[in-house]
Amino acid sequence: MSSRVEPTANVPPEQEPSPDFAVRLGAAQRAGGLVVPILTAVLAFLAGGIVVAATGHNPLTAYKGIWDGAGFNWLFHIPWDINTYTNLSAYNLSQTLLTMTTLVLTGLAVAFPFRCGLFNIGGQGQYLVGLVVANWIGVDFASWQTLPHVLLAIGAAAFAGAAWAGIAGFLKATTGAHEVISTIMLNWIAIWGAQYLFGQGGPLQTATNVGAPESAQVAQSAHIPVFWGGANLQGLDYGFFVAIAALVVFWLILNRTTLGYEVRAVGFNPEAAAYGGINVRKKYIQAMAISGAFAGLAGALDMLGKLFQYGVLDVQASQIGFLGIAVALLGRNTAVGTGVAAFLFGGLLYGTTRGLDPNVFDPSLAGNLTSMIEGLVVLFVGADIFILYLWNARRKVRRRNPPDAKPVTT
Amino acid sequence: MTNIAQRLPETHGLLRPKAIAVYGSALGLAAFWSAIPPFTVRSPVVPLLIGILAVAAGLWAVSRGARRVGWGAVASGILGIGLGILATRSSSANLDTVFTAALIAQVLVFATPLTFGALGGMVSERSGVVNVGLEGMMLMGAFWGVYGADRGGSWVVGILAALAAGGLFALIHAYWSIHLRADQIVSGMAINFLALGVTGYFFEQLYGNKNIPSGVSTIPNVAIPGIDHMRFVGPAIGDLNLLIWVGIIFVPLSYFILFKTPIGLRVRACGEHPRAADTVGINVYAVRYSAVVVSGMLAALGGAFLSIGFGGGSFTENMTEGRGFIALAAMIFGNWRPFGAWGAALLFGFSTALAFRLPVYSSSAATLFQALPYVLTLIAVAGVIGRSTPPKADGQPYAKQ
Repeated sequence: MSSRVEPTANVPPEQEPSPDFAVRLGAAQRAGGLVVPILTAVLAFLAGGIVVAATGHNPLTAYKGIWDGAGFNWLFHIPWDINTYTNLSAYNLSQTLLTMTTLVLTGLAVAFPFRCGLFNIGGQGQYLVGLVVANWIGVDFASWQTLPHVLLAIGAAAFAGAAWAGIAGFLKATTGAHEVISTIMLNWIAIWGAQYLFGQGGPLQTATNVGAPESAQVAQSAHIPVFWGGANLQGLDYGFFVAIAALVVFWLILNRTTLGYEVRAVGFNPEAAAYGGINVRKKYIQAMAISGAFAGLAGALDMLGKLFQYGVLDVQASQIGFLGIAVALLGRNTAVGTGVAAFLFGGLLYGTTRGLDPNVFDPSLAGNLTSMIEGLVVLFVGADIFILYLWNARRKVRRRNPPDAKPVTT
Repeated sequence: MTNIAQRLPETHGLLRPKAIAVYGSALGLAAFWSAIPPFTVRSPVVPLLIGILAVAAGLWAVSRGARRVGWGAVASGILGIGLGILATRSSSANLDTVFTAALIAQVLVFATPLTFGALGGMVSERSGVVNVGLEGMMLMGAFWGVYGADRGGSWVVGILAALAAGGLFALIHAYWSIHLRADQIVSGMAINFLALGVTGYFFEQLYGNKNIPSGVSTIPNVAIPGIDHMRFVGPAIGDLNLLIWVGIIFVPLSYFILFKTPIGLRVRACGEHPRAADTVGINVYAVRYSAVVVSGMLAALGGAFLSIGFGGGSFTENMTEGRGFIALAAMIFGNWRPFGAWGAALLFGFSTALAFRLPVYSSSAATLFQALPYVLTLIAVAGVIGRSTPPKADGQPYAKQ
């Protein structure tokens, strides 16, 4: 398979433009090519469809149900009417965008350290830390105005997320502890910590219902205002624009600042970067802290934009921080890619759960289908050689049986 | 490193720093023990005193080079003080419900899936393949184990199904890590997501909103004649599940295979220096493939223990609830060694078992207690308590030339 990769320098190309297709495609990919992510998504959905078909359901109806459940059909009701909020598809789309808001940020939390050569698996923990802090600030300071209250809560949550992830960065920089191990541990510490805080007798447990293991309600002054849909129907809030702004900030930091240049240099080759005078350890800490700030922000926007309250059971069931890994990998750790992948996964996540019509396809099956597709996406992205192999094989087949109708373009 | 070696004093025998540290650890335990039955000292001064002695012994040992055991003694002393004082302040009646012979049995129950998982992770990582997919492989074992036992009519079929399912997912991880040379952490996380989806989907599809029927064949308990009716020992180890014993036997067995046989030498060579191993004629790919598949099967056994062993023939979505990650933590805490991993699994099992009993005092403290394994492991990887060092080539794909 990959043994076909041969040096091309001293072999003059004969009839083929370049015999070394994998290398060419690899270069195109590093330059932001689309082949691998698109093939990855297509393959993952195909494999999911095969499982659905094998278990005696119609995959086309299932995927159509998920498509409608995500509200994507609204996009084809041209002309778009932003004020229509009565129909179901518009509501579903607003919920998809709400989910996307979270996924953009948890995705960026994985993508940013990736560019520095670090794999942040701790998005879930950093998200929970942000959520807890936003709840704490959101419940207190109830006499404040909305803007300062929201800003304080968001800022504190982002800072807390940054500090939480910073622990992993600090350990990596000072003792060399592998960030994957330390972020996994920090995840579970955060998961149990949040259960302690919200649980029976915990410091952040609601005072009004002593028997319930859940947090207090965020004060009205800390609710982020809604711009599409009704506030009482969990409409789309201004947090969406914060997430979009975060994409821009991510791009700006990476491509237009010294910090971003240094982070990418460390990501390409830490030794060369160190030789070039970059303080690699400091970059590790900074990259992790920025990543944690993104994830903490995700937790804050969720808490102040749609959840307002969180319970022990929610902590146990939450997977959204882990989904950020799939988002970042599918988006190839770029700003635009992460945004698109977050939109896709946001639709998938909402469209397979609350948005899905139970008469079309059972949501309890579909919710697991999301995990499966998520796993397949991560699996295929992890093996671009495999995807390239398939791509190559397709091409070889075409070469062996040259199509009569269409000549090969050279 | 060299200055620590230079500072080592030339003492031998029973006064070596390491020995002192061991005494310290024992003292820490004694500090706690003094406050619980049968002694039941009611004054907090006693555990405090003994505990401080333990911490002192630990610190002494640390400053003289025995860092790992020394810090262990310090931790044991602090824990002994804390738990001892906690115990003296509550009534003796409460204590009897918390500390019984059944606690030992419960520790073994909680430690067993961790033992299997940690041993599995160790086998894989010793051969040079990082396995963060333990959680997923364990979950596969849990579901397909109970499915096999249900449809096959016997727990033996269940075990075989679990082994096959765990092995299959491990094979995917192996192919990705070894042949495709993918990032092993990405591939392992993918296994976790995939297993969550596959087990949840098929659980819903095959059992729907009905539960697994009661009366599924489960792994039997082993009643040891002569012991099962003894006082204290009987309820502790007299009547344990078969897989618990298998797990305990696997610990020395894996030590023997990994460190005393040519097979183990090959596995470790592939994890430390695959190029050298290849040079002397070891098939690195074959060794790594087998190690990863064995790893998946071991993790799946741990999962099967959850569903058809201790679980009594049941399954819930995401049943493993992070036990695969605790197993990973136990492996790291145990420094990639069988007995170390087992010790860590027992410690973590103890903290879980205690967390189940602590609500007598305070349910919120019990929840917080569950985070202890992760905190300890974080400290261990950070190198505060003697650094954990992975095999040299762990996580590095090997390309044949």
